[in-house]
Amino acid sequence: MRVMGLILSGSSEDNLDKLTAKRTSAAVPVFGKYRAIDFTLSNMVNSGIINVGVLTQYNPRSLMDHLGSGKEWNLDRKRGGLFILQPFMSPENPKMHYEGTADALFQNLTYLRRSAEDFVLIGSGDHIYNTDYRDLFKFHVRNGADVTLLTKTVNKDFKLSDYGQVITDENNRVTKIYEKVPEHHSDKIFLGVYFMNKAFLMELLYANVPNGKYDLLLDIIIPNLSKLRVFSYDFNNYWRNIKKSVKEYYDTNMDILKKEIRDELFYTPDRTIYTKLRDSAPPKININAQIKNSFIADGCIINGVVKNSILSRDIFVGAGAVIEDSIVLQGSVVEEGGIIRKTIIDKNVRVRSGKKMESMGNEISLIEKGAII
Amino acid sequence: MKVIGIILAGGQGTRLGVLTNILAKPAVPFGGKYRMIDFTLSNCVNSGINTVGVATQYMPHRLVEHLGIGKPWDLDIKGGGLHILPPYLSRSGTSWYRGTADAIYQNMEFLDRYKPDFVVVLSGDHIYKMDYNNMIDYHIEKDADCTIACMEVPVSEAQRFGIMVTDPFNKIVEFQEKPKNPKGTLASLGIYPLPLLDLHDESWKVYTQSEELPPAFIANNSEVIKSITSEGSEIYGTVENSVLFQGVTVAEGAVVKNSVLMNHVFVDKNSYIEQSIIAENAFIGKSVKIGVGKFAESKIDKKIYDSEISVIGFHSKITDGIEIGKNCVIDNYVDLSEYNIKQIKSGEGIIKQ
Repeated sequence: MRVMGLILSGSSEDNLDKLTAKRTSAAVPVFGKYRAIDFTLSNMVNSGIINVGVLTQYNPRSLMDHLGSGKEWNLDRKRGGLFILQPFMSPENPKMHYEGTADALFQNLTYLRRSAEDFVLIGSGDHIYNTDYRDLFKFHVRNGADVTLLTKTVNKDFKLSDYGQVITDENNRVTKIYEKVPEHHSDKIFLGVYFMNKAFLMELLYANVPNGKYDLLLDIIIPNLSKLRVFSYDFNNYWRNIKKSVKEYYDTNMDILKKEIRDELFYTPDRTIYTKLRDSAPPKININAQIKNSFIADGCIINGVVKNSILSRDIFVGAGAVIEDSIVLQGSVVEEGGIIRKTIIDKNVRVRSGKKMESMGNEISLIEKGAII
Repeated sequence: MKVIGIILAGGQGTRLGVLTNILAKPAVPFGGKYRMIDFTLSNCVNSGINTVGVATQYMPHRLVEHLGIGKPWDLDIKGGGLHILPPYLSRSGTSWYRGTADAIYQNMEFLDRYKPDFVVVLSGDHIYKMDYNNMIDYHIEKDADCTIACMEVPVSEAQRFGIMVTDPFNKIVEFQEKPKNPKGTLASLGIYPLPLLDLHDESWKVYTQSEELPPAFIANNSEVIKSITSEGSEIYGTVENSVLFQGVTVAEGAVVKNSVLMNHVFVDKNSYIEQSIIAENAFIGKSVKIGVGKFAESKIDKKIYDSEISVIGFHSKITDGIEIGKNCVIDNYVDLSEYNIKQIKSGEGIIKQ
């Protein structure tokens, strides 16, 4: 079964505040050395997909830098490979942007048509999970589905109003989807991952997008639930969408301090998560450093105290500095005696000697990229 | 001006004992995530030398796997790049490389193909950072036939090295191998004490082929003092003054002091390791002690094992509760559960025949 992958890599509508001021949500750094898109991209590659298109629109520079030729994911290939699908101008389409998910696919029909694969897996660049999609593929074929949606049965940790609630019949066929409503209808949510027959997807796009139906879920799938055979495939392992809120981004990062989540995301055999390499030296923990319950990436030099925190690559922590319950992104410096508590520090920030950054109450403060405190 | 590099990576490295029993010295892990050859290779590419031949001979598998097509060093290029130069069979018969000069001589074709103006001949087991351009410029400036990189050593140490005796214009007039009465202090770059090497230098990165692993995790009840921990390590115990490579686990209650733990070493609960080198994929069971007791002269090989350091070979398994002394050596692929022993005394060890 030949499957191609498409990754929707974030619009301007996210809730990540300054974290996405200069990057799209798919390029937001997570877990010290990764970016959000690494998970979906690696999942696809680990499921045998060798042809992946990444649909970008909002501020793609850092995403493009990260993906490069696709080398780290073995996608620098002659057959298939990595395709960056940016909005473009053409005589038929002078507007230079994607109106929605279906429109984005529609504008790239040539790519779909030219690809040799029979099936399309559509994922999202900001989901954190580790899976092999091949069971989903089998499920789709076995059920003779038109569309299979990846779903999850959730507990109360998930704010249902942020997701689409899915109602299914006893055969897992989707009968109704309540998209982002406050009332509770179902514990099953849609994870934003679609699997469908490529020719069928193209047909749907031709029939709907020229009529102004730009959103794949809202304008095309939901109104046609009775006509289409839409199935729900439940994925019940670790799954997070970092785009939902700064709090969600923070909590997701902190989850990696739990062994079972680390094991699931990073140590499942044959399901390595790949990322762009930086060739930093291993972290150096100096004599006065004290590190507890933390995740330390390569290139760090630590002289101070680090507790319950995630340190990305190339962080310098001066003597007497304290970092607690925080996330520090690549290349930042906390000078001697600086204090950081419950704060997200974006890339290349300098916290000067003796300065203090703390969050009040439940809020998590966020220091923007390149700031000097 | 075209410069190519030739890295001699075929030596046996007998002085490293079991560590070079199954791999060539340039492939021995170093510094938490590197292998020795990374330093010379990175020096080449950082100096703009993009055609590099690596002459291999002794146990080349791990080395060749590490080098691949030279991707981590950007040596996977058209017109040059990385060339592995193994000994080969020819019409005139076959021959191993009989020495360093012979290794280059037998690869004259490689040299001819690229027609370089200069050749830098390097060793694959030196740990240093150097911009070869300075040396090349100096070579041109002096209109020399051959330029040798040397290092100033203290007079008191000069007896341990190969000493270059030079005239006032830096022309080498005499070479003394480990002289009793050294006439100078310029040592050839054989083995010399490591100066401080800044691996975190952005302008001179050391590249390597490393595994794709997440950052190191340091747990709540652990203690990590003055050490290097690499990606994929999980530390629940105490680590002091040690170098931990990628994928090392130190379980709760375990203590690692003044030691080197190579890739994927697993140290189980309540074990104690001091002053030891534990090679890749070794498994240390529960409540094991390594490097304890008093020093004793080696019964295995006094020349190689001449310090307090104990060595556990690649893929070896140390069973629960075993006590291993100082200056001990366990060969590669030894499973101690197959031996009926509880203790290995200082200076002793297990070497497979």
